[in-house]
Amino acid sequence: MSIQKVRAHISQNEALLFERSSPGKRGYQLPGLDVPPVDPAAALGAENVRVEIEGFPEVSEVEAIRHFTRLSTWNYAIDYGMYPLGSCTMKYNPRVNELVARTEGLAWAHPYQPEALSQGAMEVMARLEAALLEITGMDAVTLQPAAGAHGELTGILLVRACLEKRGNPRKKILIPDSAHGTNPATAAIAGYAVENIRSSERGTLDLAALEQAVTEEVAALMVTNPNTLGVFEENIARVSELLHRKGAMLYMDGANMNALVGITRPGDFGVDVMHLNLHKTFSTPHGGGGPGGGPVAVKKVLEPFLPVPRLKRAGKKWTWNYKRPDSIGRVRAFYGNFGVLVRALAYILAHGGEGLRNATLDAVLNANYLRKKLEPYFDLPYPLPNMHEVVFSDDRQSRRGVRTGDIAKRLIDYGFHPYTVSFPLIVHGALMIEPTETEGKLELDQFADALVSIAAEVESDPDLVKSAPHSTRTSRVDEVTAARRPVVRWKPASTGSQAAG
Amino acid sequence: MLEACGVASAEELFSHLPDEVRLKRPLDLPAGISEYEIVQYFRDCGAASAAGYTGFLGAGVYAHYRPVLVDTVVSRGEYLTSYTPYQAEISQGTLTTIFEFQSMICQLTGMDVANASMYDGSTAVPEAAMMAARATGRGGVLVARSVHPEYREVLATYARYQGMPLAEFGYHPETGALDLEDLERQINDLTAAVIIQSPNFFGVVDQVRAAAEIAHRRGALLIVVFTEAVSLGILEPSAAADIVAGELQSFAISPSYGGPFAGIIATREKFIRQMPGRLVGETKDSRGNRAFCLTLSTREQHIRREKATSNICTNQALIALMATVFMTVYGKQGLRELAEQNLAKAHYLAGKLPLRFSGPFFNEFVARVEDPDGLNKALLKKKIIGGLPLGRFYPELKDAMLLCATEMAPRKEMDVLAEVFSSAGVPSRLVFS
Repeated sequence: MSIQKVRAHISQNEALLFERSSPGKRGYQLPGLDVPPVDPAAALGAENVRVEIEGFPEVSEVEAIRHFTRLSTWNYAIDYGMYPLGSCTMKYNPRVNELVARTEGLAWAHPYQPEALSQGAMEVMARLEAALLEITGMDAVTLQPAAGAHGELTGILLVRACLEKRGNPRKKILIPDSAHGTNPATAAIAGYAVENIRSSERGTLDLAALEQAVTEEVAALMVTNPNTLGVFEENIARVSELLHRKGAMLYMDGANMNALVGITRPGDFGVDVMHLNLHKTFSTPHGGGGPGGGPVAVKKVLEPFLPVPRLKRAGKKWTWNYKRPDSIGRVRAFYGNFGVLVRALAYILAHGGEGLRNATLDAVLNANYLRKKLEPYFDLPYPLPNMHEVVFSDDRQSRRGVRTGDIAKRLIDYGFHPYTVSFPLIVHGALMIEPTETEGKLELDQFADALVSIAAEVESDPDLVKSAPHSTRTSRVDEVTAARRPVVRWKPASTGSQAAG
Repeated sequence: MLEACGVASAEELFSHLPDEVRLKRPLDLPAGISEYEIVQYFRDCGAASAAGYTGFLGAGVYAHYRPVLVDTVVSRGEYLTSYTPYQAEISQGTLTTIFEFQSMICQLTGMDVANASMYDGSTAVPEAAMMAARATGRGGVLVARSVHPEYREVLATYARYQGMPLAEFGYHPETGALDLEDLERQINDLTAAVIIQSPNFFGVVDQVRAAAEIAHRRGALLIVVFTEAVSLGILEPSAAADIVAGELQSFAISPSYGGPFAGIIATREKFIRQMPGRLVGETKDSRGNRAFCLTLSTREQHIRREKATSNICTNQALIALMATVFMTVYGKQGLRELAEQNLAKAHYLAGKLPLRFSGPFFNEFVARVEDPDGLNKALLKKKIIGGLPLGRFYPELKDAMLLCATEMAPRKEMDVLAEVFSSAGVPSRLVFS
């Protein structure tokens, strides 16, 4: 079979580092020591000195680079093609951002070096803060949180601290059933009970249900706007008023900010606190799952509670202000994922105000174009105007026994990364598609053609779809066994025999 | 495309937005600039910095050489521009390297399992504390004052809102190691976790076994924190620990003004289901070949929502890959040799300075100096960034600074630093060292 032939290729059968190791091999060079050597046992106490790092790799430099290069070819990536994961905003990651993040004076800046020698780094942060405030219409922003979920936690802690100061932190956070899983997990970590709010039949916030749910016990509503169906919550300003009347706050999950930049600002539609995902809207690379950046922007009322330290202008210099008695404290050591902040600022500088707005227009146009092309073939459970993403269901295909996850795997055979599968939860068998502004008409057409072709295959040969992918080095992976008998580290006996020879 | 969508302009696609929420002016941001201008702008920012100085700062962020291979690998688009590896069939590159990462962290720490990374060391600590609370069914946390002060601040933020009683215990005023008597005094049957750091914030290799003995006797778990991962190349791993929470910045991750870094949590097999964050496991594909996938995701927020072990979603995969390449390049022999160089450099420098503490140290130590800020000013004139004055975090250590010498510390600058120290009129060398 041709597949076996492919698999036998050396680059497709790279063994684990530990299996490639031979005693004594090395890939490093250290300069000669210019001070007298020190006996570890004498300096540290013999009982504190380890004999060796058992099992640690021993490979040459060329073996190391081939190893990681071969493994890299087993990944899909934006650099290969379209990556239409809904809610993840997989847009192009400009390479100049990588270059500038490695600028010597920035990349080698120690967080405790004197402020007088850190003005460049602080200027980058100040400029990014100012740009994010203009984009969101909020009053103050902290760049400290390391990622979106970390930003959520920071934001909810701010709400909590503010309400506590007013006398009562309250008990509950309201979360629509269409929300990301991080929202309820965050509320729980911040010490709140979660009350799920059912979406309306239209898939949006249900004003009547909300009116019932917003009591004196509610601290905040966490809402994603546009929501996870890609639909703008048109009642958002009224929702905000409703919350404020009861002394509660409106938290916005900014995961979908790519649909809003330059068009509308959360600060102008009643949001009190929100996070941004720099690795979504502002193009910093996802890197296989991080690092991210999760700045939190707030209205004035929450500003006193922001994490320490805060950037402050003192004459002509930037300085760090630690004297903030109402602050929730630190949520992370130092000042945030600075290297990610550099990349986000580079993206903003490259685009400028008009360019950012154009990116939003393109992202929304792309999603609407795909919707038009795919609507005849896939069920659209919530046919409202959509913004940057569109959510279909597998309703028609599941009648042939084919589910969204199968269609996703078959897309891989057509050269595309799957869309987001089975989310949001309010759509049974969801296909959540977000093309971003990155894709041109050619890619969009090819992607739509692929899905249309798969829809036809579902009718003619459902098993072909259900057993996909067929073209990849690794066929469908048994995730059930992995969870039942977890093997989460290499050990000499258990896996050595499995290396392909 | 506009025609297909039935609109005359892309703006029309927004016509359903209520008028009152629309921004009716352009964003007040400068016009876009070219790649050349962007490079120039950041070069200027970089110039307004400490480039050209030799530094002796450690305190959780260390200057180690970054092998060229690290950036060569992480610059590959296949790693840089891919998402979290949910689609295992086309993410085996990321998944395999994470599996290798988890394995190497286990080898280094002596633990059974390690996760795929945390945001950083500081956030790994409260996550470890919450894990201990789940595992023991208790709530109290006792943390040593010799744990990184900013890590303790982060822990305090999380603990405050988790309703987790948090107390601190002291360090020995002469050795700089744990005050075990204070630990004995404060631990009780509600203590879920005792948190210590080794080498601790003062650089002292601490008494892990003794702390573990006390913690375990009272039914608490011992969490051992590290900030200087290179020390693991030479120090016996804390076999007595229940959870290890650490920071890998030393493994080829640029100081980058404090981030992005990568944290880890490693633990014993029996606590695996209490762990936060992503885990990669080994399995097979439908053709019977070895394959890897994200596993035990029923702990995680996207499945469990408010009942998840943590809210963490994005972690630090690319940064963890930097550490993986670093560990591979140095390997078994290299990491040991690198650690020995650090040991030698720090002891050379320490040998010329008056030490505050007598405990054994790796590449960081506390020196006594009457006026740390004045000394640092004098050093700056010689293009040297001195140590961290400790009074900022420890009022009782106003006359002390924390210094670090890695393999990158040149002997010449160490000599200059020692000269400035002695001309600053500090008391002559004290007995403990």
